[in-house]
Amino acid sequence: MKIVVAVKQVPDTATQVKISGGDPKAIDTAGITWIVSPYDEFAVEEALRIKEKRSQGEVVAVSLGPDRVKEALRSALAMGCDRAVHVNDPALAGADTLLTAQALAAVVKQEQPALVICGRQAIDDDMGAVAGQVAELLGWPCASWIMEETVDADAKTVRVGRQVEGGLEIFDLPLPAVVSAQKGLNEPRYPTLKGIMGAKKKEIKDVKAADLGVTPGAPQLAVKTLEALPARPPGRIIQGDVKDAVKELVRALREEAKAI
Amino acid sequence: MANAFWCIVEDDRKGAPKKVMAEVIGEAARLSGGDVEAVWLTDTASDEGLGQLAGWGATKVWLLENAAFAPYRGEVWTPVVAELVAQHAPKAVFAPVTSKMREFAARLAARLGAGLSADSVGMTMDGDQLVATRPVYAGKLLAKMTWAKTPWIATLRPNVFKPADAQAGKTPQVEKPAVTIPDAAMKLVERREEASTGLPELTEAETVISGGRGMKGPENYVILENMAQVIGAAVGASRAAVDAGWRPHRFQIGQTGRTISPKLYLGFGVSGAIQHLAGMRTSKVIVAVNKDPDAPIFKIADYGIVGDLFEVVPALTEEFKKLLEK
Repeated sequence: MKIVVAVKQVPDTATQVKISGGDPKAIDTAGITWIVSPYDEFAVEEALRIKEKRSQGEVVAVSLGPDRVKEALRSALAMGCDRAVHVNDPALAGADTLLTAQALAAVVKQEQPALVICGRQAIDDDMGAVAGQVAELLGWPCASWIMEETVDADAKTVRVGRQVEGGLEIFDLPLPAVVSAQKGLNEPRYPTLKGIMGAKKKEIKDVKAADLGVTPGAPQLAVKTLEALPARPPGRIIQGDVKDAVKELVRALREEAKAI
Repeated sequence: MANAFWCIVEDDRKGAPKKVMAEVIGEAARLSGGDVEAVWLTDTASDEGLGQLAGWGATKVWLLENAAFAPYRGEVWTPVVAELVAQHAPKAVFAPVTSKMREFAARLAARLGAGLSADSVGMTMDGDQLVATRPVYAGKLLAKMTWAKTPWIATLRPNVFKPADAQAGKTPQVEKPAVTIPDAAMKLVERREEASTGLPELTEAETVISGGRGMKGPENYVILENMAQVIGAAVGASRAAVDAGWRPHRFQIGQTGRTISPKLYLGFGVSGAIQHLAGMRTSKVIVAVNKDPDAPIFKIADYGIVGDLFEVVPALTEEFKKLLEK
């Protein structure tokens, strides 16, 4: 069974992010630590577990972005993915989620996997749209925010638990299908030294939009400007012993903040 | 009416729209000057529910009532709504941020070849163009987004937009369009309900109490639940507490958990790591109680108490009781 996993390279959560001096639509990428988006690690882990459980199959990692994205693909290969496809085309630099989904769907059409696993959302733009859009473009069934997953013995169906408000909905999806990983699905492994060394020999295939039959048009949604957060008004530490402090807090919440 | 703002209804699965729809409809009405229609795909609608939508300002309800629409499946919903959009050309399609609406809005955008601004926290009209504001990079920056064409598709974060005032006694104009409902490939096996806490849903609650690593163990959350009962709050947790196995993941607030925007957030023993702030920094009033005076959460807190939460929580609960029993 072949599985395609989509991964995105994003700035580390703890990294300071500043608006670029030259372009109010972009961030200054100097000094940023890049990581694989955490939800995508759940996706990679789940794909590897499916392959290991079945003792056969292939896991292909795919990512879109500039040259630095190869590091993210190497991380996925070090975890255990078999090979990678890098959609590396400057013409896709301003891609919105839809154009990204079009490129990924084109890769999926070429690879013809039984299952596509994405992370629930990338932690840079938090759009959370790609899994659903890839499914829509392919016409495949889709379950988002899955917390559990089992592929049946014949690799005909995947049973997933989809997180919704107030519960978990268990669905059977005929394969091929697209799912997106929610936290709680698994605990991603750390790459072993052997895995890291082995990843250097694994194939990362570069493809361009033209190779995929994708025409990079103007994005449907574009960033007009990035802005810093408005400063919150300065807060107040309430002093005094516990009894007095909680009295004052409750008074302030009622009378000043009108929050209770 | 052509070119209306459409609001996709999230319901309680019992025939009534969720109260977050007052915010979505209210914002759509503000932007469009009142030209708002609701689109409701459900297996059970009630007259009361339809009345609520009208009361919040929906001039028309497109009602699609069929067993095939619940639970949500993108492969069923998307072609149906896309067909209606093609026929009636709404200017915008809004939905609240919920697990299903995030997927649905994305699929609809893909099917229509349109743009999607997910998890929007602000909307303005710039001339005849809609501009959406949304947090990016763990909420460290705000991005202003514009669309290349209509329909402007967006999901709206709960508790951020001003809810419409409910007008009593409104009867909506209900239209039941004839649509082709596609066969579904995915089949529901079962729905596992979470054990009810009797407390509000985390993402919808107006007040949220959050316990972090300072709670010291799962057994201590009962003191937060006691306070929550008194003030009608939801109880959440930080990643540290969830990763330690003290609370299920569905209660996690933060970047890899739920994003919340309550009127009042109270954090106990929460340090305020960036990934937690990403999930709660749009809260209107933030209260922090932590032993460590240097905890980062105090930097964004409106009110802070440096102290032992195990003393503060019971005392605060008593004070809330006194206030609310008056």
